[in-house]
Amino acid sequence: MSILINQETRVIVQGITGRDGSFHAQSMQDYGTQVAGGVTPGKGGQSVGKLPVFDSVAEACEKTGADCSVIFVPARFAANAVREAAQAGMPLIVCITEGVPVLDMVQLTAEFKALAQTQGQRIHLIGPNCPGIISPGQCKVGIMPGHIHKQGGIGVISRSGTLTYEVVHALTEKGMGQSTCIGIGGDPIVGMGFIDLLRLFEADEHTEGIALIGEIGGEAEEKAAAFIQAQVSKPVVAFISGRTAPPGKRMGHAGAIISGGKGGAEAKVAALQEAGVVVVDRPDQIPDAF
Amino acid sequence: MRLSAQTLAGTGPDERRKTIKLHEYQARGLLQEFGIPVPPGQVADTGPGAAEAAAQWGGAAVVKGQALTGGRGKAGAIKLVSSAPEAQAAAEQIIGMSVKGLPVQRVLVSQKIDINAEYYVGVTIDREAQNLVLILSAAGGMDIEEVAATTPEKIRRLPLGDQPTGIDVRAWLAESFTQDEQLKQATDIVGAMVKLFLDKDCSLVEINPLAVTAAGDVVAADAKVVLDDNALFRQPEAETLANPEEYTTDEIDAKAAGLSFVSLEGEIGCMVNGAGLAMATMDGIKLAGGSPANFLDVGGSSNPQKILDAMRILLRNQQLKAILINIFGGITRCDDVAQGIIWARDQLDIQVPMVIRLIGTNEEAGHDLLSAAGLRVARRMTDAIQDVVACAQGGSV
Repeated sequence: MSILINQETRVIVQGITGRDGSFHAQSMQDYGTQVAGGVTPGKGGQSVGKLPVFDSVAEACEKTGADCSVIFVPARFAANAVREAAQAGMPLIVCITEGVPVLDMVQLTAEFKALAQTQGQRIHLIGPNCPGIISPGQCKVGIMPGHIHKQGGIGVISRSGTLTYEVVHALTEKGMGQSTCIGIGGDPIVGMGFIDLLRLFEADEHTEGIALIGEIGGEAEEKAAAFIQAQVSKPVVAFISGRTAPPGKRMGHAGAIISGGKGGAEAKVAALQEAGVVVVDRPDQIPDAF
Repeated sequence: MRLSAQTLAGTGPDERRKTIKLHEYQARGLLQEFGIPVPPGQVADTGPGAAEAAAQWGGAAVVKGQALTGGRGKAGAIKLVSSAPEAQAAAEQIIGMSVKGLPVQRVLVSQKIDINAEYYVGVTIDREAQNLVLILSAAGGMDIEEVAATTPEKIRRLPLGDQPTGIDVRAWLAESFTQDEQLKQATDIVGAMVKLFLDKDCSLVEINPLAVTAAGDVVAADAKVVLDDNALFRQPEAETLANPEEYTTDEIDAKAAGLSFVSLEGEIGCMVNGAGLAMATMDGIKLAGGSPANFLDVGGSSNPQKILDAMRILLRNQQLKAILINIFGGITRCDDVAQGIIWARDQLDIQVPMVIRLIGTNEEAGHDLLSAAGLRVARRMTDAIQDVVACAQGGSV
C-alpha cells in the first residue's frame, strides 16, 4: 500500500516540548498517525497532551516500541538529534528542521556509511529541511496538510515543500490518490534521494506510477533519469521548477564545475525525456500525463 | 522551506542555502590565518592610500577593485601599475565603479609578482558524493566555468574521504607539480585550505590563480571564500565579515523581515510561500506570456505582519503592473494570510491590480475574510496566473 510508513508505524517526536514539535505531534495524531511519545533531554517524565516525554531516544524506543522518529529540534542540535536516533537503532528518521550546517550533514552521512559497512545497519534518513513523508489514509510523519491527500497508486517524490502540495492537490482533484509522498529536502546534502525512493516505489506492488518533482541545481535529476531508464518499469512523470530562473547571482565557480554544466533546468528535462519520462510544463498537468 | 537570495539563479548546488560571500581581501586574511602564503598587499579606499601602498614596492603593483563577483578583470577593475602615481590614478578610477551592478568601495594593492605558472585549486561540497571535493586545473587564472564548459578534461577532481590524508592529496597534486619543493608547498596549501573550509564552515574556498613565482614559490594570488550562513551560531566572527552590498536594499529589508526576496526585471510582483512553488509560479508566469518582477518566498510562518511587510517591499518597485499572491497553506494558515492581505489593502496605497490564490490549511476561513473585504480569490494556480498576466497586459480581471 505504501513505502517506509503505514498504519503500523509508531512515531516519536524529538523536540516535542517545542512550539513546532507539540503542534505537529497533535496534527499528526489528528491525521491518525500512531504517535507514541516524544523526547526532550531533561524533560523526561513530563507529558505533552497525553503523550509521555522521555529524556532519550533509546528510552523512548524501549518503552514505546517506536520505529520512526521525526525531528523538530533547532538547527544547531539537529545533527546530534539524528545521530542519537540512529544510535538508538531507529530504522526511519525524518528531520524537518531547516538551517542545518552543511558540514554537519557531511559528517553524519559519513558516519552512516561507516555504520552500514561495519555493522550492516541501514538507516533511512529523510531530510533535513523537508516537509516529511505521508502514506495517505495510513500515517503522516511531517508538516504537510493531510486533507489534500487521497489514498491511491501514485508515488510522489519531491525536492520541494509547498510545490509538492500543489502536485498532490492536482492529483487528488483528478481522483488520483497517492501511495506515499516524500519531500526529500532542499539542502545540498540530504538523506534518502530520488534513486533510493524510486527503487522502493518500483518494488511496491501498490504504486502504479511515480511523480518526480525536481528543481534547478545539482544533478540529482540526471542521476534519477539514468536510474529510471535502467531500472524503473512504472510510468514516471516529472516537473522541474526554476526553468525560467535567470542566471546571475550564483555563488562560487567550483559549484558549477561539480554540476559539470548539468545544474540547469534544460539538461534535467532533456535527461528525463531521454529516459522516457514525460516532463510537463505546469504542475497541474501531471495527472493527465500518466 | 528557506531559501537564499542566490536561489533563483542558478545552477550551483548551494544556491538555495544562505551564504556569506567574502571580498578577496577578507578571503586573503583567512588564508593567511591558516598559513597560506599570499603576495604582500594592503587595502586602500582612496587614491593616495593606494599610492602609499604601491610605493612600498617601488610602485610595481596590482590594483584590484574589491567586488563580490567574478569578471573584475574584464570590467577594468584590476590594473597593473608601475609607479605610485599610476597606482593612485588606477585606484581613483576603480573606486566607485561597479562590476556587474556591485559597487567597488576599496582596492587591494598588492606587490606585482613574476609568475611562471598558474593553477586553479578549489575546495567545495560535492552534493552527490556527500563530501568535500578538491578541484584542480592547470588552466589557472582563467574563468574556471569557461574552462569547465569548453575543456572539461583540464579539470581534475579528488573527492575527499572521511579522513583526507596528506599522502592522497600529495599524490594527486604530483601530476601537476613536478618539482619537489613546489609539490611540498602546494600540498601544504591544499591541506590548509581544507582545514580552513572545515574550521570556518565554508561553502567554497578557491584560489585562482595559485601561482608559482619566478623565484619558485607557490602563492595564492587571488582567493574567494564563501561561508555557510547556517553555521553562524558557531562562527560568531563570520557575522562581522558579511558584506551588505552583496544584496539590494530590498533584499536586505526582506531578510530582516524573515523573507527571501530577489529582484528581477519584469512587471508582475509575486508573493509565494515556499521556494519550489515560488519558482514554479515564476515559470508559470513566463509560460503564460508575462514576466515576474521578483522572487519572494514568505516562508512557512503564519504571521499576517509578514504579508504586510512583504507587500511593502513589493510596492517599492515602480515597474509593477500587477501583483500575484500564490499561497498553498501547510504550516501557513490561509486566514492569517488573508488578514495580512486585508491589512495591506487598508494601510498601503496599492495602485495595481492584485490577484489572490489562496488554498490549503484554513482555506475557507481565509476566503470568507477576503470576500467580506470585497477581495476575489482564485483557487487554481493556472487560473490566477492567467488573470495576473492579463492584468499586467492592460486587461482587467
